[in-house]
Amino acid sequence: MTGANGHIIEVKDLVKKFGSFVANDRLTFHVEKGEIFGFLGANGAGKTTAMRILCGLSYPSSGDIMVAGHDVYNEREKIKRKIGYMSQKFSLYDDLSVSENIRLYAGIYGLGRKQIASREDQLLERLGLTNIRKRLIREIPLGWKQKLAFSVAIFHKPAIVFLDEPTGGVDPITRRQFWEMIHDATLEGITVFVTTHYMDEAEYCDRVSIMVEGRIEALDTPAGLKQSYESKNMNEVFLKLART
Amino acid sequence: MNRFFGFVKKEFQHIFRDKRTLLILFGLPIVMIVLFGYVVTTEISDVEVGIWDRSMDQTSIQATQKIFSSGYFVPAGYLEREEEIGELFHSGNAKVVVVFEAGFEKNLKRDNRASIRLITDASDANSAQLAQTYLQGVLMSYFQSINQDVRLPWTVNVESRMYYNEELKGVYMFVPGLMALILMLISALMTSVTITREKEFGTMELLLASPLKPREIILGKVTPYVFLSFVNALTIILLGFLVFKVPVVGSIWLLLLVCMLYITLALSLGVLISTSAKTQQVAMFMSLLGLMLPTILLSGFIFPIDNMPRILQWLTHIMPPRWFIVIVKNIMLKGTGLAHIWKESLILLGMTLFFILAAVKRFNIRLK
Repeated sequence: MTGANGHIIEVKDLVKKFGSFVANDRLTFHVEKGEIFGFLGANGAGKTTAMRILCGLSYPSSGDIMVAGHDVYNEREKIKRKIGYMSQKFSLYDDLSVSENIRLYAGIYGLGRKQIASREDQLLERLGLTNIRKRLIREIPLGWKQKLAFSVAIFHKPAIVFLDEPTGGVDPITRRQFWEMIHDATLEGITVFVTTHYMDEAEYCDRVSIMVEGRIEALDTPAGLKQSYESKNMNEVFLKLART
Repeated sequence: MNRFFGFVKKEFQHIFRDKRTLLILFGLPIVMIVLFGYVVTTEISDVEVGIWDRSMDQTSIQATQKIFSSGYFVPAGYLEREEEIGELFHSGNAKVVVVFEAGFEKNLKRDNRASIRLITDASDANSAQLAQTYLQGVLMSYFQSINQDVRLPWTVNVESRMYYNEELKGVYMFVPGLMALILMLISALMTSVTITREKEFGTMELLLASPLKPREIILGKVTPYVFLSFVNALTIILLGFLVFKVPVVGSIWLLLLVCMLYITLALSLGVLISTSAKTQQVAMFMSLLGLMLPTILLSGFIFPIDNMPRILQWLTHIMPPRWFIVIVKNIMLKGTGLAHIWKESLILLGMTLFFILAAVKRFNIRLK
């Protein structure tokens, strides 16, 4: 599943242009199996563009990119089977019930009926949603939806899950719980690739890259970054980088 | 394959859980056909007619009887003086006054010509025109029956469509036109809106990042509407038959086949619209303005193509409903087979392929 050197994502000189605008300028980085990789940057820095390429949602202009051992140019179908994706917009269907949403995505990822049934019970149990499994998504609180959306994104046990600003508009307590769920996912061997602009969340990541205007300006552990930029917290690191 | 069916199931759930969608899907066709059938009709009934018979001979009296036994006209009074015409119109009690000249029968026998004046209250120009046409028709057929040689001093304009619609049923015209309109509306509008909805809510990203192939997504979204549009086509044919006694003279199978072709065309138009519309609202406007209006105005549904300016006549050639209506009229009302409609069917088929290709191409471009 991983590349030759054990990296689950390997990106070399990724360039994405829209006309003359360069959204991603020679990005080079890798993600190790089982880590939480934070992909940070201001709005418009090119995070989402790069992430969409890694998910097989768009093609790069050039560069060598391997995801879960597959090439993004020719093996997008294989990549899509091995990843989970949760976008910043809402990813569950409002007019379907909790259970129907789970079954829909499980079905799309090719899980068998029995497998779906047993995993669904486990999941609802764990989230404490067993009683409201028949309730429509539009009737349940935002925090629950968010947690459910994440659980659905990793329901098929993907090698990597891509989270695009997953905690937007969520209260601090739910955010905290959400990050616990992310951490639990890594214990099951799932690699987490997450974009965010909450700098406190960056502290929870194993490694963090910071993008400024289409380029990766820094990439290290949160502790390493704070040290090299002589900052007390990630917020300061980010401000120093953005200003230069 | 399970993957695909799961997706189609979800699509049906969306439809059956949304009351507005259901209303448009099943309420609209029924309301429209009943409305068009009963209200917006070119048929006339019970038009009040005043008679001023200055001759009072056998022929004029029989002609008067003919008028009132036709079923379209009721007597509004028998006049004796010219001033009474104005009074009658003024009171709103009559739409038309028929005046037989003095010595009507005598003139007819001696000169082979006699005159009848039809005076119409044209404040409602359309119904006046209609009533006049009907009256002429009734009088013409009466005089032709009594004497082949009689020349009447008025020109008779008989609408060509009466040829296949001898009872002058306006509804016959509306059924093919309504089919074109409703199928276009349901198929194109609903698919463009439902696909755009996934884009607007961000679920499209999710589906595209899943192992579902883009063509599976589109097919999955479209499949329920193929089915439902087909149900609609059947509903219209059935309603037309049961309520308005519109027959299907030709092959019902051929008719359904052509409906399927037209539905496919409309669906691919819907997909095409969804590739450029960003929000549901835009998709709805594009469908309504881009498809509904031309279907109503430029298809020959309501306004005859022959009466349009040359430029618009040319424009109608690229309107799919135009060809569909011709085919449906031929099959339903004249009972013609494939031999007479292959040309129009081929045009529709070509358009369908074109729109499918265009939709696929645009969809792929959007992915890049």
